[in-house]
Amino acid sequence: MDLINNLMLGFGVAFTATNLLYAFGGAMLGTLIGVLPGLGPVATIAMLLPSIYALDATPALIMLAGIYYGAQYGGSTTAILINVPGESSSVVTAIDGYQMARKGRAGAALAAAGLGSFFAGCVGTIVIAAFAPPLTELAFKFGPAEYFSLMVLGLIGAVVLASGSLIKAIAMILLGLLLGQINTDVISGVPRFSFDIPELTDGIGFVTIAMGIFGFGEIIANLGRPAEHREVFTKDVKGLWPTRQDFQDAWPAVLRGTALGSLLGVLPGGGALLAAFAAYTVEKKSRGRVGEVPFGQGNIRGVAGPESANNAGAQTSFIPMLTLGIPPNAVMALMVGAMTIKGIQPGPQVMTSNPELFWGLIASMWVGNAMLVILNLPLIGIWIKLLTVPYRLLYPAILSFCCIGLYTLNNNNFDVYMAVLFGVIGYAFYKLHCEPAPLLLGFILGPMMEENLRRALLLSRGDWTTFATRPLSAGLLAAAVLMIVVVSMPSIKKKREEAFQDEEA
Amino acid sequence: MKIKSERDFWAGMMFLLVGVAFAWGALSYNFGSSARPGPAYFPFGLGVLLALLGALELFKALTIESDGGDPIGGIAWKPLIVILVAVALFGFALPRLGLVITLPLLVLISSWASDEFSWKATVANAVVLITMSWLIFIKGLSLIIPMWPTIFGAAA
Repeated sequence: MDLINNLMLGFGVAFTATNLLYAFGGAMLGTLIGVLPGLGPVATIAMLLPSIYALDATPALIMLAGIYYGAQYGGSTTAILINVPGESSSVVTAIDGYQMARKGRAGAALAAAGLGSFFAGCVGTIVIAAFAPPLTELAFKFGPAEYFSLMVLGLIGAVVLASGSLIKAIAMILLGLLLGQINTDVISGVPRFSFDIPELTDGIGFVTIAMGIFGFGEIIANLGRPAEHREVFTKDVKGLWPTRQDFQDAWPAVLRGTALGSLLGVLPGGGALLAAFAAYTVEKKSRGRVGEVPFGQGNIRGVAGPESANNAGAQTSFIPMLTLGIPPNAVMALMVGAMTIKGIQPGPQVMTSNPELFWGLIASMWVGNAMLVILNLPLIGIWIKLLTVPYRLLYPAILSFCCIGLYTLNNNNFDVYMAVLFGVIGYAFYKLHCEPAPLLLGFILGPMMEENLRRALLLSRGDWTTFATRPLSAGLLAAAVLMIVVVSMPSIKKKREEAFQDEEA
Repeated sequence: MKIKSERDFWAGMMFLLVGVAFAWGALSYNFGSSARPGPAYFPFGLGVLLALLGALELFKALTIESDGGDPIGGIAWKPLIVILVAVALFGFALPRLGLVITLPLLVLISSWASDEFSWKATVANAVVLITMSWLIFIKGLSLIIPMWPTIFGAAA
């Protein structure tokens, strides 16, 4: 059994003392930032990237992965306790979770979220282990034309499911791709768009962009809003263990949520957010026990389903990143960046060239999920205390770590100035309602996309039809076009807008 | 011609201008041919596409009605300027004055951007942060960051 052997190898790697420590550190940090309002995983991972220069690749990636799924856990805690989703994927958790908390059942809600997520995390890990090898094999059949088409599909997929205007989102991808063009051309060695600034000939660091736009831009936007007054249910959290009835209500929802999340997570751009929304809709539609609490008033299924789904989705969204090197969301884009920093070319060859890294990372996700249950359920009191840290003390801390990180990237203050510039740009995006995440995806994929496009054209002697005549490539492009057409259809468009309006409300 | 959606108008304008700028800038490099694409090939195409999308967005902003004109709203000038000046100053001062002076400076200036500024909390915050940064970055990760002003010669 290959699967068992591979997982054994992975667990061997994951259970070394160093890796356990980093998985724990990542999970802990992830929970922390998930709980702290106004700080998301993208900004945190960007902040930490400079520090991974000192680490080996495996512990570094294990830690970053831990931050990502840890943030999902932490985000649901704030959603339940203060009705403020720490992460976009816990938006739906807040609907029923907060109502449960108001009725004094915060403990049961937190337990349902935690245990549901753990179960989903376990399944997600197995799904990755089972599906990664065949997908990797498929990826080896890809030529440059297929890779280019796959990236087009990945980028389009990432935005059709994102909120807001489709035109703006695609324009943001293009903007990201263009920013990725500020570099030295790999093939001819010509520096492009560098204005004779030597630092620009190496390209803009993606850490700089991520910190400027996601870090500084968000701080400015947050400060521009009047301070919110939050109601925190700190003393009400007792009776953590759900009742037998709760278990009976919740477990089918957990199963459905896990299945949905695992499926949707693999889709480009799907990930945790869509999975949570879909799971909530399914739970609402499916018939529950007679006499249960209605949805919107604290139904435990409304917590267990979406929470399982977003965690399963978060896990399986590693599949396209690990097997194809294509990041389906901004966090994965940063992971791809982290791999490149450590000198690993992301793509299908990672599994064969770095099996310890590949399987160790997968196994560490299971380990990390187990740690999260321990971290989150008994220690919930500590996290609740953190909810009371005021933003006015928090943001100078974020700024400090960002600034030190930026400076140490190249021991040069040029990156600090660049980040200031991107801070302005990020605030402009916020004001103009332009989602910045697609820009980061475009920026990361830009150079890869250009290389594959040019290689494909070289091979076909300048014939653009090569993208349409090679069956795999044609299929991928057709899927991308189909996605745009489907979301542009009036009836779907309306539904999509409604769904995202719910989210904002 | 009346702007029907202010946000879309300026977003479209931004995309249009940036697209044109990149496409125009790309013209100074070798374009190559489709069979042998040069360094200008990809950015030129992207720039043109972006400009087209920008134009489409502009057209939408001028024709389709939106709720109340979708205004951009007030700009938070104080946090915008204070935060970015604080960061830029950090970048400028760190190699010259060292972390021990620069970091508290960053914390002090940036804290002023908040409406709930208080001296006591800010100074305490600065002390905590400089200690943590020293522990994490200098002791923990052994990164090379100048700690003291260069005139003391300690940085050498």
